Amino acid sequence: MDRGRLEESFLDLIRRASTVLPPDVVAAMRRGIEAEGDGTSAASSLELMLENANQAKDGKTPICQDTGALLFFVEYGPDFRQKDIEEAARAATVRATELYYLRPNAVDPVTGANSKNNLGDGSPYFHFEQRDEDGLRVRLLLKGGGSENVGAQYKLPDAGLKAGRDLAGVRKCIIDTVYNAQGKGCAPGVVGACIGGDRGSSFACSKQQFLRDLRDKNPDPVLAELEESLAKELNELGIGPSGFGGRTTVLGVKIGRRHRLPACFFVSVSYTCWAYRKAFMTVERGEVSYDWD
Amino acid sequence: MIGIKLPVSDDEIRKLKAGDEVSITGVMITARDAAHKYLVETDGEDVRDLLKDSMVYHCGPVVKKEGDKYSFVAAGPTTSIREEPYEGTVIEKYSVRGVIGKGGMGADTLKACGEHGCVYLSAVGGLATTLARSVVEVLDVHKLEEFGVPEAMWVIRVEDFPAVVTMDSHGNSIHDDIEELSRKNYEELLDR
Repeated sequence: MDRGRLEESFLDLIRRASTVLPPDVVAAMRRGIEAEGDGTSAASSLELMLENANQAKDGKTPICQDTGALLFFVEYGPDFRQKDIEEAARAATVRATELYYLRPNAVDPVTGANSKNNLGDGSPYFHFEQRDEDGLRVRLLLKGGGSENVGAQYKLPDAGLKAGRDLAGVRKCIIDTVYNAQGKGCAPGVVGACIGGDRGSSFACSKQQFLRDLRDKNPDPVLAELEESLAKELNELGIGPSGFGGRTTVLGVKIGRRHRLPACFFVSVSYTCWAYRKAFMTVERGEVSYDWD
Repeated sequence: MIGIKLPVSDDEIRKLKAGDEVSITGVMITARDAAHKYLVETDGEDVRDLLKDSMVYHCGPVVKKEGDKYSFVAAGPTTSIREEPYEGTVIEKYSVRGVIGKGGMGADTLKACGEHGCVYLSAVGGLATTLARSVVEVLDVHKLEEFGVPEAMWVIRVEDFPAVVTMDSHGNSIHDDIEELSRKNYEELLDR
């Protein structure tokens, strides 16, 4: 595929991520509306959010003005070069900013200057994996800052939470993060957690949970059960949509794992708002397709 | 739904109670982290008159520029609690009558609301496209070069901007109520 078409495909991918609420998220919010019940203010908040998502899709404008950090997860075969992919994605990022699909969101941490085009040190973020088969698979997350701020990392054992080095301890960490988030991360949110790893790999793994479909089931039966029970329990907190109270505090919980050092037991909890933005693209034999419209 | 026209008086703001749904029309100004620091550390001469009896909106918009004209493309609220160290001072120093954002604010802001006649209003987080439609005109912008698009102080005219009073001038905070309620549930879950 030539460089120009690859760049166009990336631009379309970014537009879709910023302006289209994915179908698994919409389905989860509809379930939330049912759980809250007709006429409740929590249900009408959720309906407003879906109405906003419809308007964003129709008008090709961002669902949320905080268009987040761009995280590209790329798998590529021998017919693609990593350097070409990265260049096309960076060029598309600049154009997406010019077209108002993205807010200029990259700020120099030392001078405070905004780069104005979303390029900067580590921005966008890329995770590359080579594969044997031809073709390209790109999964893009746009991760907003408000929900990023409510994420947390724990080191077990944790005396304050009375959380030990076991799954019961992990459960307490996740409940603690969601309680502390209240409405600040734009509830109802989705929790991505990781058990184990080092501090860096643990947080990375927690973010990668957001690449999963909300309707999937964890292949590890123990984690699958924890995900399901936590999703129910967290909705008993009563925080509700926007933190105004209600039964819908989270839309889902996803938990990953990384082998840990004997001395370390980290639990990393990432949170994404209901404006959970992701878009996935496949390129095969020169044909580009996206996972949903 | 209670209609609020800006500028608004101290008396009118004190009539509002936590839980009231309001619809705001008039001129207000966006302010987030860099702007709050600026408003506290300087006399804010460029925006002082605009802020009096008006509202600040915690928002870092996506802004379109066509010729010399700006318009808001996406403009939902940002998390307000980051401004907690500054907001009480801003309310007092500039006679601000309303602070709009998401997630609620703390004890200092609640106290300033009572002492100086101000309310905190929540807009629904993430409602960027819908709320941008309530911003009918961008009148001016301050500190655009220095602060960048999200952090600049945008002077906007809004029409029927929807929000809910979640902290009033009588010491009531829905955020405190929900935190207290969820605290009980949280402790019960941890003990389970």
